[in-house]
Amino acid sequence: MLKEILEILENDARTSAKQIATMTGGKADEVSKLVKKAEADHTILKYKTIVNWDKVGDEQVSALIEVRIAPQRDVGFDSIAERIYRFPQARSVYLLSGTYDLLVVVTGKTMHEVAEFVTKKLAPIEGINETTTHFMLKRYKEDGEILGDGEEVKRQPVIL
Amino acid sequence: MSTRVRGVSSQIVNKITPSGIRRFFDLVASTEGAISLGVGEPDFATPWHIREAAIYSLEKGYTMYTSNLGMPELRRELARYLKDSQGLDYDPDSELLITVGVSEGLDLACRAILDPGDEVIMPDPCYVSYNSCVVLAGGKPIMVPTSEKNNFEISAADIEAQVSDKTKAIMLGYPSNPTGAVMPRDKLETIAEVARRHNLLVISDEIYGRLVYGVEHTCIATLPKMKDSTILLGGFSKAYAMTGWRLGYVAASKEVIAAMFKIHQYTIMCAPTMAQVAAIEALQSGEDDVSAMVEDYNRRRLFMVKGLNKIGLPCFEPKGAFYAFPSIKNTGLASEEFAEKLLMEEKVAVVPGDAFGECGQGYVRCCYATSMADIEEALSRMGRFVGRHRK
Repeated sequence: MLKEILEILENDARTSAKQIATMTGGKADEVSKLVKKAEADHTILKYKTIVNWDKVGDEQVSALIEVRIAPQRDVGFDSIAERIYRFPQARSVYLLSGTYDLLVVVTGKTMHEVAEFVTKKLAPIEGINETTTHFMLKRYKEDGEILGDGEEVKRQPVIL
Repeated sequence: MSTRVRGVSSQIVNKITPSGIRRFFDLVASTEGAISLGVGEPDFATPWHIREAAIYSLEKGYTMYTSNLGMPELRRELARYLKDSQGLDYDPDSELLITVGVSEGLDLACRAILDPGDEVIMPDPCYVSYNSCVVLAGGKPIMVPTSEKNNFEISAADIEAQVSDKTKAIMLGYPSNPTGAVMPRDKLETIAEVARRHNLLVISDEIYGRLVYGVEHTCIATLPKMKDSTILLGGFSKAYAMTGWRLGYVAASKEVIAAMFKIHQYTIMCAPTMAQVAAIEALQSGEDDVSAMVEDYNRRRLFMVKGLNKIGLPCFEPKGAFYAFPSIKNTGLASEEFAEKLLMEEKVAVVPGDAFGECGQGYVRCCYATSMADIEEALSRMGRFVGRHRK
């Protein structure tokens, strides 16, 4: 039951408990209870909206930053990651396998703002060996949603 | 020498009465801002990997005819699929035929087996083509009434009561368009018994076979001694959201396939090549898409059925396809009148139930393969409408 509720909400966070109850054949107050519980135990972290900011003309700059870490005694990846993800500018932080260790997604209003963050805040963190910054040029798809106008499903009005 | 004045159309075509429903369709098309619950197809576009396979085939230049029966690889995949999903063994070289949708399969089946005057027994209401294809093949449709009381399941006893020395076949279409009814296994067994007793063929349209909710769909060919007398019609349109590709198949005995093949080779040659390539991809890796779509339809089904009951249009629970078939009897309006007034007053399009047979009178077909937001808005508009017209 909870899994199905979460799937519905992940696809459309505005679906009401009553609607979910009808869609799943459950009861609205049961759904509310499960959702509240999921919110309380941080199974549900937040309800968000995917915005195509290009349409608003309000430009945002994003960058993916590869971070290489020099392993040190008593300082694991987790604690360095924490020093990074505490900054609100870091939108996402991942530990990766491969040629670098952490991937940090940073957004800002201008390229300058992002560069300032990387050079003044991120790079100087003790244990960070090297950073490579990739500015994002274009966003095609975000969280499973294609940006732009997507595809249109055209159907005949009535088909027997 | 006398000259006879002849119309352009043949006598057999003249037997098909022009459907009054066309006028209503035009009305829907010209109504701006109408929400349509009248559509009989998925609202999903074909899954991308299936489209991509077809695009790739075009790039590679697969643009020629295929074998008349259909691509050998597709028939092999289909044989595997029918074996895995139903436990049915069909020889891909002599018992499977790839068609242009179930529509072609239905037409071929009727023309291949019917002699003039042969009778075909079918449920009323049922999909609109069954009756017409039988008539066009020179046969005579015998409509057996079904009702909401019996979940729109055709009964073996009612079928048997209509069997005459002219009866050639029983036509079944479950899960049903328009009612959403699914035939339970035990009921199907009693029908199989009638077919065996009177040596009748069964034409089974199972295009909606994958779209069932919380129940099992039983393919009649899987029942004891039924495989050879069943003409199984299936396709890709509904389960894989591939209506526009026009691809279906027939699984039947060697004799029946050979007879249908004679017509197919001269009238169709082969189904479109790119659609066949897409179908191979669908069979090989489309299972997850089918389950995801079925899960999604199910949510909308529950929403639609509960909503209809709530606004005062009692609705029997459809267990398959993507249609709800509520009763509109408490408005006192006939189906067509209801549909037209609803369109005019509230801009919601539904299909009058009597378009599918006399027994559909007093019902309308509402398709829930449309966005949840549209279903919700349509229900609220219909609620207002029913409130005004309730007797």
